[in-house]
Amino acid sequence: MEAIKQHKGLVYPMNRTNVDTDQIIPKQFLKRIERTGFGRFLFYHWRFDDDGNKRSSFNLNDPKYDDASILIAGDNFGCGSSREHAPWSILDYGFRVLIAPSFADIFYNNSFKNGLVPIAVDEAQVNEWLEKAENGNLHLNVDLETKKITDDSGVEISFDIPEYHRQNVMNGWDDIALTLQLAEKISEYEKSSL
Amino acid sequence: MSEPKTIIEKVWEQKIVHEEEGKPDLIYIDLHLVHEVTSPQAFEGLRMTNRQVRRPDLTFATMDHNVPTKDRDTIKDPISKKQMEALEKNCKEFGVPLADMFHPDQGIVHVIGPQLGLTQPGKTIVCGDSHTSTHGAFGAIAFGIGTSEVEHVLATQTIWQAKPKTLNVRVDGELGQGVTAKDLILAVIAKYGVRMGNGHIIEYTGDAIRKMSMEERMTICNMSIEAGARAGLISPDETTVEFLRGKRHVPKGEEFDELAEEWLALATDEGATYDKTLSIQAEEIEPQVTWGTNPGMGVPVSSSTPTIADVDNKEEVKLALEYMGLEEAQPMTSIEVDHVFIGSCTNSRLNDLKKAASIIKGKKVKDSVRAIVVPGSFLVKMQAEEEGLDEVFKEAGFEWRDAGCSMCLGMNDDIVPPGGRCASTSNRNFEGRQGNGARTHLVSPEMAAAAAIEGHFVDVRNYEKTAI
Repeated sequence: MEAIKQHKGLVYPMNRTNVDTDQIIPKQFLKRIERTGFGRFLFYHWRFDDDGNKRSSFNLNDPKYDDASILIAGDNFGCGSSREHAPWSILDYGFRVLIAPSFADIFYNNSFKNGLVPIAVDEAQVNEWLEKAENGNLHLNVDLETKKITDDSGVEISFDIPEYHRQNVMNGWDDIALTLQLAEKISEYEKSSL
Repeated sequence: MSEPKTIIEKVWEQKIVHEEEGKPDLIYIDLHLVHEVTSPQAFEGLRMTNRQVRRPDLTFATMDHNVPTKDRDTIKDPISKKQMEALEKNCKEFGVPLADMFHPDQGIVHVIGPQLGLTQPGKTIVCGDSHTSTHGAFGAIAFGIGTSEVEHVLATQTIWQAKPKTLNVRVDGELGQGVTAKDLILAVIAKYGVRMGNGHIIEYTGDAIRKMSMEERMTICNMSIEAGARAGLISPDETTVEFLRGKRHVPKGEEFDELAEEWLALATDEGATYDKTLSIQAEEIEPQVTWGTNPGMGVPVSSSTPTIADVDNKEEVKLALEYMGLEEAQPMTSIEVDHVFIGSCTNSRLNDLKKAASIIKGKKVKDSVRAIVVPGSFLVKMQAEEEGLDEVFKEAGFEWRDAGCSMCLGMNDDIVPPGGRCASTSNRNFEGRQGNGARTHLVSPEMAAAAAIEGHFVDVRNYEKTAI
């Protein structure tokens, strides 16, 4: 995965709570056996009508968000299925950072594994940014080293993400290679406990 | 005497391979279940890094999401076919046992684990599937993982997990006649919301849980993820032990008795404490129907859809009613359905089918309704046929299908058409879940069966049943 230490980007506001994985990437797109190319299916039925035309009522289709790389949403983002196709599609579309008051557990983990950074921020601040981002010109600077987010108007907040995930995404580490350094301990466990 | 502990703490402590300050624990995985949708990229990852499956003997694969539930020999969708062929090839290459779609052990992964006795108390069980929480019914710590974690478990048989917080969901009292495990879990989620369990493992406790069969317990634990909890479990007791006795993958004779003692000792100790406790009184619960687009949007069948002025989350409720094509304050019994689906890892076991059959026996599915039954596994199908349930369903006008996930998520041909409305025994009523534009109402098998006959929701407590 691509390491990420600091990211500055345009914000796309998704003013909905409980956005579930079936909306992020509908099931008909889970049949592919690759990891890439899912971006065009992101929020498919919200973005496109039955004939495949863009719905103008859905704000992600507004050209002012074409370069957005930070998605801000309501509470409990990513609830539902364990499909990692959800973070794959979000990343492939061009987002690197997600901000919401809370995330569903499995989705939260899956995101970090791919270098997509979900950050929990308190609801009042999320609401403020959701509103500000409506004009299509809100940029945030997310710094994983200092664990701070700043906006254009000088608002600065601190955030917290699990240290283990922070180190992994900042260094772009391969989880499995790290674990395999402990292979001997795993063998010992198998000998004594199984 | 040592400090009283919950089953969650006891099992967790047994599974720690490595712990280190500031890191999650490295936990050993006793059983890794695999299906065709969330595994191909994981096997590909192993191939690219020249890694092996560490413990194929602790790994078990099946095909369930994509499989056709009729005419299995001809898979129309070439991409579905490719995904299943990929699983077959991967299992062969890496030595993983596979129950493919023609194998007598095939079925929904969360139905076959318990029926083969692979699922056992005290095990850590993972699968690239959020409904892995089902296996918690046996007192296992079982949870869904993403594909990167699937690859990690294949390669190392371990997973990095922060020790979760514990949530006790206590259900006192006794469920009323006609009120099922499904109604109970839907009522809990309606009461406490779809994120009540975020960051927690749930343990379900209380008299109402103790009285339940293993099948009912699986229905409860299955929907833990719908409450936001990756895992939900129930302390093992004699009901657990008796269910597992004689199953293929559990030992026999004295060895079984010794193992059963160990299982029972895992049960939460008297006086153990939890990070959080929520409770519900069983007598309060009526048969439930969801009206909205997440599993927390449910009400008793005797009531109505919400009135927007009365709720805090006005925008969310408005969007949900709009998608569902419902009015506010609309009585649930006035809602007409055109599809009925009995199946899924929540409600596709033998007793679910029996209960549904007792509602429909001697009656006919309403003309305007298309109704299908999809048993959870080949074995369930066979057992049901031995008891003549297939005839009951077919005579009533239901389609009797082969095992798979089917219309729960419509990855095969079993889809609800746009604008269609389905009474479904599955677990998610998300937008488009059963088909683009489809509207899903989650209910128990009895409620689904009665809706098939009447063409709209009815209170099964007042509905005629015939003994099966």
